[in-house]
Amino acid sequence: MTETVTAAPVLEARNLTKHFHVRRGLRPRSTVHAVENVSLTLPRSAVTAVVGESGSGKSTLARMLARIITPTSGELLLDGQQVPIGQRKRQEYSGRVQLVLQDPFASLNPVHSVRYHLTRPLKIHHMTDGDLDGTMESLLRRVALDPPARFIDKYPHELSGGQRQRVAIARALAVQPDVLLADEPVSMLDVSIRLGVLNLLADLREKSQLAILYVTHDIASARYLADKIVVMYAGELVEEAPSAELTDSPAHPYTQLLLSAAPDPARPEPPSLAGRGAPPSLVSPPPGCRFHPRCPHAMAVCREQRPPTVAVSPGHSAACWLHASDLSPAQAKPLSVQAKPGPAKQAAGAVKPPSRTAEPSKEG
Amino acid sequence: MSAGHVVAPVTAGDGEVSRPAHQGDPVLEIRGLCVDYGWGEEAVHAVVDANLTLRRGQVLGLAGESGSGKSTLAYAATRLLREPGVITGGEVLFHSRPNAQSGPDAMAGSADLLDLNEGDLQRIRWSEISVVMQSALNALNPVATIGHQIEDVLKAHRPDLNRAGRIRRATELLEMVGITGDRLGSYPHELSGGMRQRAMIAMGLALEPQVVIMDEPTTALDVVTQREILEELVRLRDELGFAALFITHDLSLLIELADEIAVMYAGRLVERAGSESLFRAPRHPYTYGLLNSFPPMHGERKAMTGIAGSPPDLRSIPSGCAFHPRCLHAMDRCSVDVPELVPLSTGPLPHGSSPREVACWLHDPQSAEPVPEELNQPDPADPVSPEEEKA
Repeated sequence: MTETVTAAPVLEARNLTKHFHVRRGLRPRSTVHAVENVSLTLPRSAVTAVVGESGSGKSTLARMLARIITPTSGELLLDGQQVPIGQRKRQEYSGRVQLVLQDPFASLNPVHSVRYHLTRPLKIHHMTDGDLDGTMESLLRRVALDPPARFIDKYPHELSGGQRQRVAIARALAVQPDVLLADEPVSMLDVSIRLGVLNLLADLREKSQLAILYVTHDIASARYLADKIVVMYAGELVEEAPSAELTDSPAHPYTQLLLSAAPDPARPEPPSLAGRGAPPSLVSPPPGCRFHPRCPHAMAVCREQRPPTVAVSPGHSAACWLHASDLSPAQAKPLSVQAKPGPAKQAAGAVKPPSRTAEPSKEG
Repeated sequence: MSAGHVVAPVTAGDGEVSRPAHQGDPVLEIRGLCVDYGWGEEAVHAVVDANLTLRRGQVLGLAGESGSGKSTLAYAATRLLREPGVITGGEVLFHSRPNAQSGPDAMAGSADLLDLNEGDLQRIRWSEISVVMQSALNALNPVATIGHQIEDVLKAHRPDLNRAGRIRRATELLEMVGITGDRLGSYPHELSGGMRQRAMIAMGLALEPQVVIMDEPTTALDVVTQREILEELVRLRDELGFAALFITHDLSLLIELADEIAVMYAGRLVERAGSESLFRAPRHPYTYGLLNSFPPMHGERKAMTGIAGSPPDLRSIPSGCAFHPRCLHAMDRCSVDVPELVPLSTGPLPHGSSPREVACWLHDPQSAEPVPEELNQPDPADPVSPEEEKA
């Protein structure tokens, strides 16, 4: 697996924000702050994983990158060229950036065969060169549905979950995209066949030099597949690092919480969770850092100002005041969170507290 | 978190709360259970000859993929199976030991759940054996408050309690699982997914049953919530001493939680062992493959393969060992003879445990083939490792 992420980004998101306006009955209109100011780069031949709980905005982010959802603000750059926010030239964009959805039982049309599903994108995007069957066969081979003749005329209900997801991936590959956005591509699949699909994505990264976005709630699979992991919490990007570094030395208290909660059979003893509770309502997210009401290390400043993105080490950054330098004593005053100070400190020791001395240089 | 809550007995008897004094004794014994869906030629064999023992105070994990028959096994054992499911054989022995929480007409002694009539079953359900379902949103009544639903359980099984007593007990139960008492008046849709699941667990424990069956209770939840609920569950188990059958597809989670794990594949139990033994020294190739389908959280990142192929359709299960088409070590006889689940060792065992079992021809003593190295790792539960024995 490639560890280095050096290639220039194919797709870049700058300060993407999405606010959904909702109205319920006669109540006044409210705003859901689903994604706030997220910047992300997807380099060629690399898998970037977005990890977060449900409601963290990770799927909204993937859909904005696929231009299914129009961002409230922010910009998208494809090969360094700004993509207009509106719906114009939508088809040209979808010829470069394709989305694979979570549920292969719902994303394939049950009344159509595999052949139909693959023919549609080929025709719409004029990818045929006359040899439609040959193109489809090579597509099925690329997703390891071999021999293609056995699958081409099957209907979705005749295929297993893993095979269906492979068809969905083949459909996305039909237009020869440069970017593949995969939103929880394996979470609906049986455990024993998940790795097969993950390995297929890893293969496509090498062989087709795809820039892949892997959206998941499973941090262990992100560590396995991705070159870089970004962690989202309550619509914000809280940490970004090469995948092994992120799981081995997490810098943000939320990442530490997530890692301590994840199942890990090799763990010698039960973990202690630092920062219990649930994510906040996104209608009225907490001021300052959105994690501060749960954070065992919260300080006065965390309640007032949004944390800066601080570089912890090369390629590893965290949006957390703990890593910022030059905080005044008043700002650094610990908040009395609902968590009792005793256990919180203990837990912090167990999960390796973010050291405040680790070369805090502000990014950007 | 309401740590350290001790649930007071509801019955106003001598005030004696029975604490689990018989940890490790079998409480539910499933013997040769067979379940079909449909009849005659068309019948699909969803569970074939399942043998499992659930012990007091222990968590028994039942792992398997979708369609492996793990939920069917649990529903058949509790007589909750719906048409067209048919129990075609076996017995489910329930060794009851009523505690102070049990009602006046509690059953004592042993009984075969498959022989009981509806009336007896009704008395046992909730009070001695309860089930926590996977989807709390579907299992809870959407038009009744949480408090009302817990009260219903108490009303049906504790006629001696008046309304005030029921409300007091319902509040106590919610606080026991970490929900504040003022949530009694909330409807299921007003609670988060984690809170709904907690409410379900509170309801399952309302009458302090001896056995709690949990079918994927945390699968739909986020990891932090899942971890909180599991912590709660382990604490309650220690406090109340019930036995739990925990069904999930997430083997990595079970290893942390369960005392013992049984693995199912295509309707059959293929391996059963203590969780540490199963994790460090799996004996069945399917267990080994399943364990290698969960990427590790530590160490070097290396390519893993999972298991080739996909789980079989129960309508056309492969002959012999159902796993043989996906097995790396399949031999000729694997496609012909069905391996039985047999004990691997016969040595003396501590109280409250049974020898690990595996259903695989590789471990047949008469087999000429050597056992592959990865399926012959030293078992951490063994006093002497096989290598030392040889030396």
